[in-house]
Amino acid sequence: MGLTGLEIFKQLPKKNCKECGQPTCLAFAMQLAAGKASLDACPYVSDAAREALDAASAPPVALVKIGVGEKAFQIGNETVLFRHDKRFEHPTGIAIQVSDNEDVKAKVDQINKLVFDRVGQVHEVNMVAVSNDSGDAAKFADAVKTAQDNTSYPLLLISSDTGAMEKALEIAGANKPVVYAADANNYEAMVALAKKYEAPLVVKGSDLNSLAELVEKVAGLGYKNLILDSGAREFSKVVADQTQIRRQALKLFRPFGYPTIAFANNDDPIMESVNASTYVAKYAGIVVMTSAAPEHILPVITLRLNVYTDPQKPIAVESKIYEILNPGPDAPVLITTNFSLSYFCVAGDTEASRVPAYIIPVDTDGISVLTAWAAGKFTPETIADTVKKLGILEKVNHNSIIIPGGVAVLSGKTAELLGAEVIVGPRESAGIPSFFKQRWLNK
Amino acid sequence: MAVTIAKERWTSKVAEMTLGPNGLKVGGETTLPFLHFEGEMPNRPVTALEVFDMEPQDWPDILKEPFADVLSDPVAWAKKIVEYGADMVALRLMSAHPDWKDASADEVAKTAKAVAEAIDVPLIVLGCGVEEKDGQILPVVAEALEGKRCLIGCATAENYKSITAASNAYGHSVIASSPLDINLCKQLNILITEMGLSLDRIAFDPLVGALGYGIEYAYSIMERARMGALTGDKMLATPIVCFVGMEAWKAKEAKDPDVPEWGPQADRAILWEVTTATTFAIAGGTIFILRHPESVKRFNAFINEAMKSNAY
Repeated sequence: MGLTGLEIFKQLPKKNCKECGQPTCLAFAMQLAAGKASLDACPYVSDAAREALDAASAPPVALVKIGVGEKAFQIGNETVLFRHDKRFEHPTGIAIQVSDNEDVKAKVDQINKLVFDRVGQVHEVNMVAVSNDSGDAAKFADAVKTAQDNTSYPLLLISSDTGAMEKALEIAGANKPVVYAADANNYEAMVALAKKYEAPLVVKGSDLNSLAELVEKVAGLGYKNLILDSGAREFSKVVADQTQIRRQALKLFRPFGYPTIAFANNDDPIMESVNASTYVAKYAGIVVMTSAAPEHILPVITLRLNVYTDPQKPIAVESKIYEILNPGPDAPVLITTNFSLSYFCVAGDTEASRVPAYIIPVDTDGISVLTAWAAGKFTPETIADTVKKLGILEKVNHNSIIIPGGVAVLSGKTAELLGAEVIVGPRESAGIPSFFKQRWLNK
Repeated sequence: MAVTIAKERWTSKVAEMTLGPNGLKVGGETTLPFLHFEGEMPNRPVTALEVFDMEPQDWPDILKEPFADVLSDPVAWAKKIVEYGADMVALRLMSAHPDWKDASADEVAKTAKAVAEAIDVPLIVLGCGVEEKDGQILPVVAEALEGKRCLIGCATAENYKSITAASNAYGHSVIASSPLDINLCKQLNILITEMGLSLDRIAFDPLVGALGYGIEYAYSIMERARMGALTGDKMLATPIVCFVGMEAWKAKEAKDPDVPEWGPQADRAILWEVTTATTFAIAGGTIFILRHPESVKRFNAFINEAMKSNAY
């Protein structure tokens, strides 16, 4: 990463031996630059060249693994500033904070319920953050134990007291919690603890300069399983620092080549939620919140889902019968594609019309109506097959379907294949309410 | 260890638009949203609340409640919006829709004029959404509002000619609306400027989706448009209008009063609208057309924080 094909080519032996499977060393270099080949395929590369290339090809943002077991997750490995440039790789981990001064079990029980179903997929928070607000090591250890006993989410341990951290890690260390944090005063002891348990360690500066300095010191102690906190807490400064850290990382400024953590904590839960959403979009590897109320967390989880989708891969919904507003046998049957946005538009506008209806998304590999039509994936055959397979016409008493106006041309052949009436609907889903009013209800 | 702050050297800026009797300015930024450390955001993102010219049919109770006594009186409704602290009033001429009252151009122009006379903030006038009808009524509305420096929309590839000509003649700006494609946005801006309307009188609308309903498409279009604007692509360098309220209040998460696992509707619905708006604000949105007064308050509180200096 970061090196062009030509820069890599200069380091290769230029024997054109073909043993890597490529016709020339230059072709191999281009494959390496595109991330489609591994240097291991070259039998003749010199050790010096390998070292130079390995160093240069380390990802700009290191990959950090958090937790163990089913709820373990990864952050980092990011390669862009804007999702449209490629994609964001690892969704931000959402941590909900519980203080060792409060009823830990009650809050953890609440956190465990922050699991949401969205079009058949489960989305949830990722961590429980336990903070040593009491300043008491034994109390912190108790809180950590209670949290660990009551949740399967990985923990984030918040204490600047190395004694308290040591006790907490004796309880939770085996599960690879995040250790928060090494600062200028305690970093040697914190690094030793994190090393002992091979746990990810947050390095906390008071600004970008002190952060870079401290990361160098920690790396000097041989520990690189790190997460960065610039110390900023004011919203506007967090946005600036997060942007700087990502920009610097992509320029291969190595002290900032790690994922980040951002704290959205705010006494006002609405402000906290909105700020957390911004940090999700603006580069945080982990975002910490204090509210465990679903109305404050659902928007953040939903935005994460949206921003972290791959712009090059359309998201599909399952091809099945969707029932809007409890449709009966006389309800219309709307055909669309399984591109999620097509489905959501049709579903939203159908709901707005207040006319109960069935929606049938045809599996077009998640591409939109006109694109799928042009690609031969939205055809009389695929529509008829889907309608028959799902048996929707057996559920209704009118033997008719409605297809999008943009593909009116498919109506004749589809009607023939299905032996049913095919009605041409509006071109845009926004026309559905008016279509129902004028064409369906007066039928 | 001194870190060399990474600053982009942007070569261009977003056009600055002036609206209304009070000369409200929007746009004009010389950097990406809220990166004050490398450029200027001379004007903060602004809000408008919507007024319908007939009682809205599909608004949930939680949305009607703040306007309960004025829903059938657009003038009183508009005044209330100003009291609630919105920067602008967005009047939607629903009654012109053939499915509703199919009101004539003269009828809706009369309402628009009455609303404009009653407020001292800029007025946004929106058609009924049927392109052909809007192409007929908006020129008449533009004439009735001569000199009020309104923002009129939405002009689409189908009807931009009549709307642009009238807006140009009577001193208004235009919302150029095109579906979720940066090239279509650009093309419509080109067509409109070719009719002689200057760039500082166009705002584009990429047809945004709500949080959870395709927000990422418009988000990326806005980010790309802002990059384009700052690197010299003038035809993308106009303010961006985000119809947040219209979309966010279609979402189940906002309008369904009774889904216990999502928590009580009050905060959830407001957050759906506010998070949709703030997400577009960090992508480059400029004018936010919302529906609930609490959302305006919350959005402004967010913008207050975001506008604070982060210079290094």
